[in-house]
Amino acid sequence: MGTVASTSAETPSGRSIWIDVPDWAGNIAGQHVDVRLTAPDGYQATRSYSLASSGPSPRLQLAVDKLPDGEVSPYLVDDLRAGDMLELRGPLGGWFVWSPSVEQPVQLIAGGSGVVPLVAMIRAHAASGSTAPMQLLYSVRTPDDRFFADELEKLDNITYAYTRSGPPDATIGRLTKERLAAAVLPVGSAVFVCGPTGFVEAVASWLVDLGHDASLIKTERFGGA
Amino acid sequence: MHLDGNVLAGPLLELFREDMTTATARCASCGDVSVLATAMVYDAAPGWCVRCHVCGDVLLTFVRAGDRLRIDLRGVTALELPAG
Repeated sequence: MGTVASTSAETPSGRSIWIDVPDWAGNIAGQHVDVRLTAPDGYQATRSYSLASSGPSPRLQLAVDKLPDGEVSPYLVDDLRAGDMLELRGPLGGWFVWSPSVEQPVQLIAGGSGVVPLVAMIRAHAASGSTAPMQLLYSVRTPDDRFFADELEKLDNITYAYTRSGPPDATIGRLTKERLAAAVLPVGSAVFVCGPTGFVEAVASWLVDLGHDASLIKTERFGGA
Repeated sequence: MHLDGNVLAGPLLELFREDMTTATARCASCGDVSVLATAMVYDAAPGWCVRCHVCGDVLLTFVRAGDRLRIDLRGVTALELPAG
């Protein structure tokens, strides 16, 4: 069980949630937790949420986007308050993770709230003093829909791909293979892709078309939550 | 729309007491050997149906029924995981 320490708005539909878990064993950047909600009638729903935090800290950060017809995310975004208890299990997943011992260049590619585990990797990368190049390509609807906007604003190794609207000098529209090719690190880099299933499938297949080794591409998809 | 094997980390931990997303599974249908994290996972509440990302055949199904967990490994001929 965790106790909500605080929450704050990230985007018009997304919130950050800080949770204190006293017996937390620490986690690697990219891992997730399963959050289980139990209704008064006993009905239970479990969903996975990536951690934006990593390392030994027992204060975890989740960032959740509300899906209007979701079972769990509307509660987490609209109703959860500081002091509430939350049933969670983790840290989970040992595959979609980055640790500072990796010396390869790393290309991160996010679709929407898929940026959450990738921000954990960016933070872990900065905290470790790793010299491996790491950059992010972030596909998001509009500038207002960016998670961690203030934090990412300070970094210069980020390319935004706005799909609905953006600054006057930006190309607006869904990512294409050509735009992907122009924005990512060369073949031989480790690549992490996280986003909705359709986004991840498209990006992963374009990367292979562009000559990237499928074994260096790690993907994580999310759906209804 | 499917998810992927990363989402199985929690459910499979209950059965195997290990992170199984980094375990490799050999597909009984096409022989592909891949980590479970890359498998295609379909919601089949109250469980999951897990399919080979190469040929699409069922690797395993996972069901929670009341206080029981059941895994059917019909499409997996070998599981291998890093020794602890």
